[in-house]
Amino acid sequence: MSGIDCLDPVRKALLDDLDEGFAEFYGAYRGLVFSTALRLSGRWADAEDLTAEAFLRAYRALAGYDRDRIAELQPRAWVMTILMNIWRNCARAKSRKPPPDLRDEPIDEADPGEDVEEAAVRRETGDELAGLLSLLPDEQRAAVVLRHVVDLPVSEIATVLKIPQGTVKSHVSRGLKRLRALGGAR
Amino acid sequence: MTHDPLLTGLAALAADPPEGLLDRIAARWVAVPGPIGELRVAFTDQGVAYVHVGDGFAPAFRERFGRPLLAAARPPAGLLPALRTGRAAGLRLDLRGMSDFQREVLETVRTIPRGEVRPYSWIAANVGRPKAVRAVGTALGRNPVPLLIPCHRVIRSDGVVGDYVFGPAAKERLLLAEGADLGRVRELAGERVFYLASDTTGVVCFPTCHNARRITPAHRHGFRDLAQARAAGYRPCRTCRPAQTGATA
Repeated sequence: MSGIDCLDPVRKALLDDLDEGFAEFYGAYRGLVFSTALRLSGRWADAEDLTAEAFLRAYRALAGYDRDRIAELQPRAWVMTILMNIWRNCARAKSRKPPPDLRDEPIDEADPGEDVEEAAVRRETGDELAGLLSLLPDEQRAAVVLRHVVDLPVSEIATVLKIPQGTVKSHVSRGLKRLRALGGAR
Repeated sequence: MTHDPLLTGLAALAADPPEGLLDRIAARWVAVPGPIGELRVAFTDQGVAYVHVGDGFAPAFRERFGRPLLAAARPPAGLLPALRTGRAAGLRLDLRGMSDFQREVLETVRTIPRGEVRPYSWIAANVGRPKAVRAVGTALGRNPVPLLIPCHRVIRSDGVVGDYVFGPAAKERLLLAEGADLGRVRELAGERVFYLASDTTGVVCFPTCHNARRITPAHRHGFRDLAQARAAGYRPCRTCRPAQTGATA
């Protein structure tokens, strides 16, 4: 899993032929994008929608990029950034039905309507731990999923979430602490 | 960090997307023989989305649909027979991205059988906008799936074929190959006859309707508009539905 070396074929393929390159790009990151989408949304159907939308937007953006821009691209962090933007917009649209608050305040508490038991019962993702993840506040869940489910380095998570590395680390450690408290350690 | 069950549990939550997910994102393409030379056809999981002749297929598709386009192993089910027979009513099409008006126009065009033609005004009346004849022409010009939605079967009421995505000459060739008697339509139009009626059935049709083609000369009566035919006691054919033509009804 070491950086540039494994990314290069993807960029090369994209530069060769955008459409065939896209197939490479999808093949390289589909597991990463889908896993993240699944553990963030907690639902299989939502994860499929998020993944399809992220790759479609990525393709449309790539179609407008010149060669230099594609050559400089960090495709993994880039596609994950697209995914996180879509996820945040969806989550915001869902949680704020009445007039949207444009100040973009982070929501600190998990959905109060759902307790540990309900989450454990919600077994759509096939795992109690997955249910517990959904109890974390959004930014902690995002940090934990990116760090420990899909194994991104902290520096890349900082890029994807547009926050300092120190903040990434603190979200991860608080998230893990909370999961343990909720019984995630078993 | 060596053996933390929580971290092990989290790592085990990674999952692969289902096999078919790529087909929700990317379209596939094939090259197939068609009645006017080789065609490039793009299709999605929803159905056939795009039919193209000549150069510039991939850029045109990208411009219009903004989807990745990958080579397909084989054509979608039903495509080849539809192209061979000119009967494509059962073929699944992907018309997402069309406006409601465009889609209604195209769905109406789909009902025109092989070997027959209808005037632009009939389409306009059929979609409830009898005055929107020009808009119908524009919608047909944007038909993403020519041949499969047979926009070549929509012509001017005077028998002139009018515009076509692949050019008027191709339109005329296609119609002749399908057995539409354009010469006859023009001849009748020259006599100001746009409808044919049978005094044995009491039914009035468009001239290319298969019911009209069966009328023997002795029983055939031509009409300039539907009002005249009605006044003479004829009812509009239920197959070609000429009553939908607003302008002359």
